[in-house]
Parts: sequence; C-alpha cells; structure tokens
Amino acid sequence: MNWITNYVRPTINSIFSRREVPDNLWSKCDECGTMLFHRELKDNLNVCTHCGHHMHITPRDRFKALFDGGVFTEVAVPDPVADPLQFRDQKKYPERMKAAQKSTGEKEAMLVVEGEIGRTPIVAAAQDFSFMGGSMGMYVGNAIIAAAERAIKLKRPLVLFSAAGGARMQEGILSLMQMPRTTVAVQMLKEAGLPYIVVLTHPTTGGVTASYAMLGDVHIAEPNALICFAGPRVIEQTIREKLPEGFQRAEYLLDHGMLDRVTPRTEMRDELVTIIRMLLGLTPAVQGDLPAPVAEEADDTDAKAVEKT
Amino acid sequence: MTNYLDFEKPLAEIEGKAEELRAMARGNEEMDVTEEAAALDKKAATLLRDLYKNLTPWRKCQVARHPERPHCKDYIEALFTEYTPLAGDRNFADDHAVMGGLARFNDQPVIVIGHEKGNDTKSRIERNFGMARPEGYRKAIRLMEMADKFGLPVITLVDTPGAYPGKGAEERGQSEAIARSTEKLLQIKVPVMSVIIGEGGSGGAVAFATADKLAMLEHSVYSVISPEGCASILWKDSEKMREAAEALRLTAQDLQKLEVCDRVIPEPLGGAHRDRAATIKSVGAAVSQMMKEVANQKGDALLQSRRKKFLEMGSKGLAA
Repeated sequence: MNWITNYVRPTINSIFSRREVPDNLWSKCDECGTMLFHRELKDNLNVCTHCGHHMHITPRDRFKALFDGGVFTEVAVPDPVADPLQFRDQKKYPERMKAAQKSTGEKEAMLVVEGEIGRTPIVAAAQDFSFMGGSMGMYVGNAIIAAAERAIKLKRPLVLFSAAGGARMQEGILSLMQMPRTTVAVQMLKEAGLPYIVVLTHPTTGGVTASYAMLGDVHIAEPNALICFAGPRVIEQTIREKLPEGFQRAEYLLDHGMLDRVTPRTEMRDELVTIIRMLLGLTPAVQGDLPAPVAEEADDTDAKAVEKT
Repeated sequence: MTNYLDFEKPLAEIEGKAEELRAMARGNEEMDVTEEAAALDKKAATLLRDLYKNLTPWRKCQVARHPERPHCKDYIEALFTEYTPLAGDRNFADDHAVMGGLARFNDQPVIVIGHEKGNDTKSRIERNFGMARPEGYRKAIRLMEMADKFGLPVITLVDTPGAYPGKGAEERGQSEAIARSTEKLLQIKVPVMSVIIGEGGSGGAVAFATADKLAMLEHSVYSVISPEGCASILWKDSEKMREAAEALRLTAQDLQKLEVCDRVIPEPLGGAHRDRAATIKSVGAAVSQMMKEVANQKGDALLQSRRKKFLEMGSKGLAA
C-alpha cells in the first residue's frame, strides 16, 4: 500500500464515481406527482408527505419499521416442489421466478418473521407485491401455514399483511388449492384462541381475498387500497357500465361492512399494538418507538404473554 | 338435433348425411339406403372414437361447457328422491345459480348443493349461467350448517364458469362469501362428497369442492382461471387459450396425477351429452362409492383427515 493508492486514487475515484450517485434520490409520488426526497419518503414509510398516498413498501422495510428497534427474526418456510406443473407460457416459470428473485432480492412472495411490537411478541407475515405480483402459490401457502404453526407454538398472535394480484397461474390448480390450505391454517390459529389480524394493503385481489385475507378476527386496510375478488376491469367488461368513483377501494369496503378499519400506514403500528394487547388482556402499551428489548427481557415478556393467553 | 363443437365439424357432416339419407328414404318407399346409411354410421363412429381418443385440454374445456351436457338439475332429478329445495341466504336474496336442499340419496337423507347453468336462454339468464353471487355461497353455507347440525352428508355438484364478476356481488362481499363457504366445508363434521360435472371455475368452484372425496367426470375441468383469462394475462392474447389450457393442467386426468382429484368418472364416447342417462348413472355410482369410502371415519376424525388432505396437497407436483 503506498500513498498513491491511499490518497490519490480515492480522490480520483471519487471524481469518477460521482456519476454512480444513485439517480433515485428523488421519487415521484404516483398520485400527486410531488418529488419526494428518498430519505424523507422512507422515514414516512413510503407514504407521500404531500398527499398521503400509500406507495409500495417491501415486507422487509415494513418489518424494519414495525418491530421494536427494527429487530425481527425470520421464520423458516418449507420449500415446495419447484415448478410443479412444468408450466411454460411465453417464458418458462423457473425463468420468471429467477427474474423475480433477482429484481427483489427475495426468495419468494411472502416473508414470515417473529419479533416484538411495542414489547408485544407477535408473528407476522407479509406478502410482497413486487415479487410476481405477490401471487399465491405453494410457497405462500407454506408460508402462511408456517406462520400459523409458529404462532401457535409460541402462543402469539399472527398479523398478516396481504398484497397480491391473486393466485399464481403458473402453479395452476395447486395455486387454487392454497385457498383451502391457508383456510386450514387460519382455523388452527383460531382454535388455539390466538388473534389473527389481517392488514389488507394495495392491492389485495382474487383468490387471496377469497381466503385468508377475509377470515381475520380484525380486518384493517391501508387507505385507498384496492380490495376485491374480480378486478374493476373485468367487471366493467361484464356489466358494460362505468363503475362508481372509489369502487372496491378500502373506504368503499369499509362503508359496505367488509372491513373494521382503514388506517394510515404511519399509524398502523400503534393501532396493532393497542388492538393486540387488548385481545390478549395485556396492560396498555407504552406509546412511542421502543428500543429492541435485550435478550432476557424478551424472554420475560414472552413468558408473561404466554401466561395471559 | 345435436349441438356440434367446432372440432366435431367433420363428424357433423357425416352424421348429417346419414340423417338426410334416412329422411329421403322415409319419403320414398322404393329407395333402400340402409346399407349406405350404415356405412356412414360406421364412419361416424370411427371418427368419433378417433376424435375423443385424445382430446386436447382445450377441447375438453369445450366438451365440459357443452350446452347439452347434463346439469345439476338433471342429476338431482335422476339420482335423488324427495328433493326439497331450500331457498335463500336469510340476508339478501335467493341465488338461482345455486340449487340446494334436502334430498334422499339411496334413501339416505343428505344435503345436496350445486351450480345450475340452465338449458335454454330463459333458464340460463335466470340461473345467471351458473355464476353464483354472494347469496349463493351464503345459502350453501346455511345448508352446510344444517347438514352438520343434523348429521347429514353433503353432496356437491360443481359446474360453474366462476363467481359472478358484478358490481353488486362485489359490494355484498363476494370474496368473504367464498372464503366462508370454503371455511365451512373445513369445519363441518359430516362427510362431504363432491363431483365436478362440467366446469370447475376458480374460487366459485373451490367454495363447493373442498371435500373429503372429489370426483371429476372424464371431460370436466377444474382450474384456477379460464384458459381464455390465463391467455390474455400471460400471453397477452386471449386467442392463445389452447396453449393456456395445455399449460394449466386442468383436465381430470392431470388433476388425478396431482392428487387434487380422487377419482375420474368415465363418460360415454363423445362426451356426457351423447348419453346423458348413462353419465348420470355413472355419477350416481361414483357418489355411492365415495360415500362408502368415507363411512368408516366419523366426526372429528373425519374433519381432521379432510384438513390433512388439503394441508398435504401439492407436496409432490406432477413429476411424482
């Protein structure tokens, strides 16, 4: 190592690497078009600070913001048979999978984790819309079963964030069979007397809505999320008339009795903590962002929650 | 007058000619066409056998949707006695796309539920082409609860293009209704036997087909999406339905390999509509058989094994 490499090169490099400054420092709000600084947007959980529009957030980012101190542990999900139907459309299914894995950095369309929110131990699962539209195939089914089993083992509530275009066509009938499969998982949870809270995020449609997303003890949706079985385009083609403003959006479903609440993402954590602690008969939570509990403490609260349930 | 499918055109020509010949002979006593007509019949029979020997998945979809195929109503009339329809969801309406009620099957009281498509323009509209709205599923749920309370087996006959994509259906909670119907079938402690008699379209079918035993007619289909829908999404061209039907593995034969379907009921040569009575009889025999198969399990054990069946489903894939 000489002074050239140490001092001169970095300086030179920094001049050239300036071009590599990410060009996504600013994002445009999908709704109002306001340019938002990436850090500001991230701090606000991808909710536009100008108009309140909720943009996509990955399960990992969501969990970092949700759990105390951003600390959570992943729950292992058993791998299903890859490409069970040897499906091929214009591309082969494994190729589509690889492309999705590369672009998201995730293995599949659902992430299952455990951790504490407001010192309340929970198991959480979140569907990743950026991974093949969050579509429900064998893996997502396995993930929900794993989440339910883990929740039952630890005697914790399950919070599920849904987001999907529907079933994964490339798994054909097996994707459809995730409707009964995940329903069994939800039933196991309910029979164990544990809360199952569904947070419906944009968009939640098709077979996902018609199974685990509509079977929660409590249904909370993010504002303006599209929630439906058949999409608006399909319906317009069928009935040949224009649909009313806001049709199948969260607020519309709230009005029609399908949801308990519509809650902004930025208030979701506190609301979940409040609801869960009441359902479990725990004392009110200390509001605000709590640091991650240290190891022994975690065990302690864990034990307390277990006693109460 | 037979309703021919597009791939049956050559057959239509031959059978039409034979029919013409016979009609001519009836008008003219001196003409003897027996031999010629018999030859045509023979040719038609060979052609029919060849056509149906290896039906492509898309052709199976067409046969499954054949307008003259026996429908739910036909099965109920022929296989059940004392059928007493029970109507309404006690909430909003009675859905005519879903038939259901009390009946006797081999003298045993049961609850029978099924999708009915209708068989002429008027009844098709009344039945909404077999596409149920939330009321239909909620009526079914009510009947399933009744079955559970009184210990009656449930028999479902599935034949639907899918749930109805309409404004009101969505407003009244189509998704929730389907989810609850599936859930109810995974809660009741009485035997559930299901037969897909035509089209098993997506969520609308799952809501009735989550059974202890599922049988499918030889040329029926059961799929997550229609081949046309799949083609328009994945191929961006709804004309690619043949390819989509192939890829989706929606035939009874493939579904048996995937262990989704427990039994395939053979259809008469040329499809169920060519011999409706024989088809109905085979379906009846299959249901009796399935009832016997589940008879040794009762109550909670039965329910748990039904749940286990679905939890384990798909663990092998097609390669196995």
